[in-house]
Amino acid sequence: MENKVNSACETCPQYNAKGLKKLGVHTGNFDYVVALAGNPNTGKSTVFNALTGLRQHTGNWPGKTVVRAEGAFEYDNSKFKLVDLPGTYSLLSTSQDEEVARDFILFGKPDVTIIVVDASRLERNLNLVLQILEITDKAVLCLNLMDEAKRNNVKIDERTLARDLGIPVVPTSARFNKGIPELIQTVNEVASGKIICKPHRIKNVPKKIEDAVAKLSAEIKKQFPTIPNSRWIAFRLLEGDARIIKALKTGEFV
Amino acid sequence: MKKDEIEKLITLSSDLRWKIGDEFHDSLAEGIYADASEISNASVSRANEKKKFRLDSKIDSIVTSKTWGFPIMFLILALILWITIVGANYPSAMLSNLLLDNVHPFLKEVAANIGMPWWLDGFLIDGVYLAVAWVVAVMLPPMAIFFPLFTLLEDFGYLPRVAFNMDYLFKKSGAHGKQALTMSMGFGCNAAGVVATRIIDSPRERLIAIITNNFSLCNGRWPTQILIATIFIGAVVPSSFSAVASMSAVIGIAILGIFFMFLTSWALTKTVLKGEVSTFNLELPPYRPPRVLKTIYTSLIDRTLIVLWRAIVFAAPAGAVIWLISNIYIGNESIAAWTINFLDGFGFLLGLNGVILLAYIVAIPANEIVIPTILMLTVLVTGVTGGEGAGVMFELDSVNATGDLLRAGGWTLLTAVNLMLFSLLHNPCSTTIYTIYKETNSLKWTTVATILPIIMGFIVTFLVAQIWRLF
Repeated sequence: MENKVNSACETCPQYNAKGLKKLGVHTGNFDYVVALAGNPNTGKSTVFNALTGLRQHTGNWPGKTVVRAEGAFEYDNSKFKLVDLPGTYSLLSTSQDEEVARDFILFGKPDVTIIVVDASRLERNLNLVLQILEITDKAVLCLNLMDEAKRNNVKIDERTLARDLGIPVVPTSARFNKGIPELIQTVNEVASGKIICKPHRIKNVPKKIEDAVAKLSAEIKKQFPTIPNSRWIAFRLLEGDARIIKALKTGEFV
Repeated sequence: MKKDEIEKLITLSSDLRWKIGDEFHDSLAEGIYADASEISNASVSRANEKKKFRLDSKIDSIVTSKTWGFPIMFLILALILWITIVGANYPSAMLSNLLLDNVHPFLKEVAANIGMPWWLDGFLIDGVYLAVAWVVAVMLPPMAIFFPLFTLLEDFGYLPRVAFNMDYLFKKSGAHGKQALTMSMGFGCNAAGVVATRIIDSPRERLIAIITNNFSLCNGRWPTQILIATIFIGAVVPSSFSAVASMSAVIGIAILGIFFMFLTSWALTKTVLKGEVSTFNLELPPYRPPRVLKTIYTSLIDRTLIVLWRAIVFAAPAGAVIWLISNIYIGNESIAAWTINFLDGFGFLLGLNGVILLAYIVAIPANEIVIPTILMLTVLVTGVTGGEGAGVMFELDSVNATGDLLRAGGWTLLTAVNLMLFSLLHNPCSTTIYTIYKETNSLKWTTVATILPIIMGFIVTFLVAQIWRLF
């Protein structure tokens, strides 16, 4: 892409992410852990490569990444370890790739989770986003494939979306390296606590279930006062998720 | 710790679960969808929703159509193979000229000058070096063409369409539709294909995909197919058709592999791996113009060099073994000659010979070295001069000379056809076997995946040989 100036912002030193240093596979001594989650085929691996300078192979088919890949970058004197998770549509069932993704967000306790979504298929992608927001407080929505959305005449009001989701939203076209500087800066601000997220919690739940969830969630909070996702754990317990029951017993949540 | 409290929690959750009833999962899913639709309605708008020309769906309606889907698939495969076969010739000749005709004599000279003992010189330079050099000269050019082409196709978004086309067949055979994707990966490398089966959720269907991945002709076997087809199949038709004939033969073998994959999947689901076919959503991603230079660069670095390195790592010790068994004598016969004589009878039954069978034993670590091993052993048995002596791998200067040597070794068209069949149907290479073990964690299934194709290979080549000899 040509280097023409599209907005006044691009002349600002902040904008160009001067402090970015791609560290490749050198993931030692990091300050923050960042997870990269999202539906299959939304460009997670491309975002991963853009941030770390690695060349993880990307392919235009769902299911390309089946194991998690790790890389690192440095920004503003902080070192970030970036973990690319397998793409999944949901975290509610238990196939191997979904489990890898879910376990990392739940037990790996990343400092920030970047949720990569396909801008032209936002509604379908939100299914996973809403589930992740039940698990973690600190997330950034990476509205990727903006070039395709534009081509398909899809317009997204990012501010409304950010307000509704309660997390920052950054539009990107990772294939063309667009929006990556803003993404890094936002991730940094969430990691360092400059931006406090107030993530959306699932609302349209029948009263009967909501009551049960509230009751269970309160009990969980009593036992584990520090965890942010008691409500999600309540969901899983009501589902009878054996992995979560085991984690409760072993105290993995603490 | 507060174990009792945790137990209480779990009891409470089961009580509540009983109270809610079994609509919990669905209600929650519905709730999430409702939220998602509210949020997206508030922020997404679509300009002029009018039906406008959509290139994506236009292409899709052609490449996934009932009539054109399969012909287009084979056409694309043929085109890629054609470019690979034709394009690889020149760099291959240059590399073999450099590594085999120039560097090899030079190394021999150096060894002689520093007074290296003959056995060490033979072992290192004629054994290890030649094996490695052959693999580089023969494998690198086709891989450097095939992988980038395949990756471009992948980045463009064609693979999910292949899966879409074949889904019906997979369903029929009781396997998972995503197996089409892992199968395609297998055409590059079976070990990679086996790892890729992780995208299949159900363990039963994943196991089927793992066991049958070996029926995808992998990169180590394409050169064997291409060379043998060129020498023997191309020779039986008028020379103006020989390229087309040999290419068709190779594609025929690849399709036969797909057929065997379906057959085996079907047989497994009817016997030991019974179960329901699970449904899944396959997203057809939009076509994306590949970023050509970047793709070529990364596929060269990530795929070609990694596969090549693996081949070299395995070829080196194999070259050493070949040299050793040809130069260690029991009585007045070398181990190689002794084994070949022993295997010849069985080989004849299969329409093959002892040389080929021994070559396949030596080449378990890497399929790439089958042809050079066969040539070397043939020289040893027939006593034809032209090679470089016992246990020395070589590549004959022209394809014709290779053909002459093999015919002198008693090869016929039947031998060639059966070698191509056996190259498709035999045990996976050791890397793939190890990968299967790591993925399944089961000695039993690893054994099945290893033994099953070789049994099928024996049966098929045996039948072909018997029927062939009737006429």
